[in-house]
Amino acid sequence: MIERIGQRTLRFAGQPVLLSHAAAVGKKEGEGPLGSRFDFVAENDRMGQKSWELAESELQKTAIRRALDKGGVRGEELDAVLAGDLLNQCIGSFLASMHSNVPYLGQYGACSTMAQGLALGACLVEGGAARRALAAASSHFCSAERQYRFPLAYGGQRTPTAQWTATAAGAAVLTAPSYAPAGEGLRITHALFGKMVELGVTDANNMGAAMAPAAYDTLCALLNDLHAAPCDFDCIVTGDLGRVGADLLLTLLREDGIDLSPVYSDCGSLLFSDGQDTHAGGSGCGCSAAVLCGPLLRDMREGKLRRLVFAGTGAMMSPTSVQQGQPIAGICHAVVIERSGA
Amino acid sequence: MKLDQRKYQQLLARKCPRSPLWKDCLKAFLFGGAICTVGEGVSNFWQFRGLDTADAAAATAITMVFFGALLTCLHWYEKLAKHAGAGTIVPITGFANAIVSPAMEFKSEGLVLGLGAKLFVIAGPVLVYGIAASVVYGLILYAMGGGGAA
Repeated sequence: MIERIGQRTLRFAGQPVLLSHAAAVGKKEGEGPLGSRFDFVAENDRMGQKSWELAESELQKTAIRRALDKGGVRGEELDAVLAGDLLNQCIGSFLASMHSNVPYLGQYGACSTMAQGLALGACLVEGGAARRALAAASSHFCSAERQYRFPLAYGGQRTPTAQWTATAAGAAVLTAPSYAPAGEGLRITHALFGKMVELGVTDANNMGAAMAPAAYDTLCALLNDLHAAPCDFDCIVTGDLGRVGADLLLTLLREDGIDLSPVYSDCGSLLFSDGQDTHAGGSGCGCSAAVLCGPLLRDMREGKLRRLVFAGTGAMMSPTSVQQGQPIAGICHAVVIERSGA
Repeated sequence: MKLDQRKYQQLLARKCPRSPLWKDCLKAFLFGGAICTVGEGVSNFWQFRGLDTADAAAATAITMVFFGALLTCLHWYEKLAKHAGAGTIVPITGFANAIVSPAMEFKSEGLVLGLGAKLFVIAGPVLVYGIAASVVYGLILYAMGGGGAA
């Protein structure tokens, strides 16, 4: 049963099980500090495909296959696939699942897509609409650049606040507890769907600034509704605020007397090292999807983390809206994942 | 705390790192100057080979566009441009880069609707407003009685 607690938080009494998960990343991401903790690292970002869009869908397909294999679930046993990416009409995702013969729900939440898919998937499973659901998200540096910015070989400069779209994908299988092995470890206990927050940011090269207020809004609402403090969690991780946005979020919360820093991480800041020249850090749907479904959930399975808030952040914009002078809104969906048992 | 747009913009002004303007300008000057020096050398080469000044200028432009296109194809131009900024955009090699990079990028959508349609996606505005400016300049010159029949 789904219960609303406080203002906006959903509590899943049945606690949908996060049965299995997998992450697939590109070469640069594989060379980053988390490189050894992903399930698959591509030797070549083209993935043997004839376009970057197909390469992205292949990466997402790889993550989905690995997640299904690890959970011992066959594709046709899924009652829903909730997948999304950054490309127009979400072609990275529908191409990946086109021949899977499974009910498919395309998602778009910009870089918050993985959190949106997980939260919706948990609702479907908890509500009995799906016995098993899969959430997936991907992004690819090369397909995103050509859609949002310039051709790869164009000689432009990036600003210090710009982020680097990650070539990465993550997938996670959710099941109702009765379809999971007894005592299975990871469960989704709560979710909170974010509101769009817009504070006059128009610079498409500073998405951390556009997203930080949304992360602030969502995390404040979640902590309030749960009557919790940051230290009640082992880790509170935002999607991809990057170094600039992460700093802004901590500043906003500090003004409220909330110190998030002891438990705080950001997927965009974790994915790349300083020497990898990504400016403010990683971004893209695949960034938070891969960091969650790779290193973070592994840490939970290994018992290093027991209670995690995954707050996926997205910047709601398109090249058209930016060129027409519209501001960029941020959005942040949060999912609480707990490890049960020993 | 109630989020307030004005206060947030003030926070952004304080917290967001800015591009190092003076350093960028200096690098643009040095790289752009270096490209122009190469161009000067190429011009001298063509004059040495017997071309007159006007023909040598045309041959230099052709040569520099070739180098710009070649470096773009080798993915060296964007690496250079990362440091050079305007220093690699402003010289004619930058124009070559602006034409060749979309050609490389969009050929996956076909030779007509991809490469052909997107070829001028970056350089197009330069052509449109460059040609428009030349028309305005010509009209002004004509109205002032200058530039008479050759």
